[in-house]
Amino acid sequence: MSVQAIIVAAGGANFGSLQQACRRIGVDAAVSADPARIKAATHVILPGVGAAAQAMQALRDSGLDCVLAALTQPLLGICLGMQLLFEASEEAPAQAPAGADAAPAVTRCLGLLPGAVHRLPAAPSWPHMGWNRITLRQPAHALFDGLDGDDWFYFVHGYAAASGAHAIALAEHGRPFAAAVARGNVHGVQFHPEKSAAAGRRLLRNFFALT
Amino acid sequence: MLARRLIPCLDVADGVVVKGVRFRDHRVVGDIVELARRYAADGADELVFYDITASPEGRRVDTAWVERVARELDIPFCVAGGIRSVADAEAVLAAGADKVSVNSPALARPALVDELAARFGSQCVVIGVDVDAQADDHGSWRVVANSGKPDAASDSGRDLLGWVREVADRGAGEIVLNAIRSDGVRGGYALAQLAAVRAATTLPLVASGGAGTPAHFAEVFERCGVDAALAASVFHSGEIRLPELKRFLAARGIVVRP
Repeated sequence: MSVQAIIVAAGGANFGSLQQACRRIGVDAAVSADPARIKAATHVILPGVGAAAQAMQALRDSGLDCVLAALTQPLLGICLGMQLLFEASEEAPAQAPAGADAAPAVTRCLGLLPGAVHRLPAAPSWPHMGWNRITLRQPAHALFDGLDGDDWFYFVHGYAAASGAHAIALAEHGRPFAAAVARGNVHGVQFHPEKSAAAGRRLLRNFFALT
Repeated sequence: MLARRLIPCLDVADGVVVKGVRFRDHRVVGDIVELARRYAADGADELVFYDITASPEGRRVDTAWVERVARELDIPFCVAGGIRSVADAEAVLAAGADKVSVNSPALARPALVDELAARFGSQCVVIGVDVDAQADDHGSWRVVANSGKPDAASDSGRDLLGWVREVADRGAGEIVLNAIRSDGVRGGYALAQLAAVRAATTLPLVASGGAGTPAHFAEVFERCGVDAALAASVFHSGEIRLPELKRFLAARGIVVRP
């Protein structure tokens, strides 16, 4: 079966580098917010740059929150896209939305995975920006075929999910956190495979090999 | 543990790299994409492209070359020079850059830092800060404005540490501290200023200006605790090659991505 990948266009993020990274491994991934196209795709990527509240608002406004929840094909959340898979995020809007008295303390997310996303500690530095290594939970998930603890991935984020039951890889910056998660068809990576050189290429290939 | 990053900086004018760059026995002047690819293959952790014409001429960065780089490069890259507004930054980020670096326009209008962070997130917003490495007023240093234009370079009137704290509060995601007098002189990084900035902020800190030997890189990581070291001429001349530099640093116990 040939890969028909869709990058979910949620909010005004920059999808160019992800699309190009797919193209470099021979996958023509279209950027779309069309529910029909997303449902028909063989593989769906939920990218994310920006803030959780705005991204969730964009998904809800377009009804894509329900579309994503109903998918059965492989889904990969990247960076903020991974954080949105959880029930809630501590990354809350600074200002109250129109009509509300106060800004909510947390942002309600997709809830495809149990647990919440918390702010990383201020020390040693915040945000966590740069190349870091990960530890794979054994047996290693198929997303990490051909990869191991010697590989480096590029991270840029200030919030992260705890290393709970669905973590398939851990990383540490101030505290341990989930570098990658998987449950059924739902997958997430906190790092940016599209910016992680050879290791990132391998991970994206592995994702598109999932059925 | 985060790897210490090594960042080659390429000067771009009218869409081409303007200083010759030597790889192994081959000299390349010009093609941005070819150079970017070679540095990435050599183990560069990130690249900075400095548009040296956009800023002094008051022009916006030409995004055609940014798009070409984004198509080919699978490591992060930052564009500096010529970014004076949210619209300028938007064009460069939409073309595929991961970060934008802003220097004099932030000094002229500090609210620009808030606007960029609110619109794109702090992770995209790098603030370049120029200091005179030779000046020393007992641990207090002044930020230099418009250092890209020798005729216009001037004292911004701002204290280095005060400015760093201010941009951190305004939402900057990273600081590049550039020592201007030692820039190109290769006498080593501005250690005193870098150590002072390191103590003043937990933001990622990039040392720039003055690298001449592998020992200069080791020294700035060990003594100043910077997150990254940026250099141009020693990489472009081929005098220091990234794979050898990384082996040298790793042998000194500095964590680098091989």
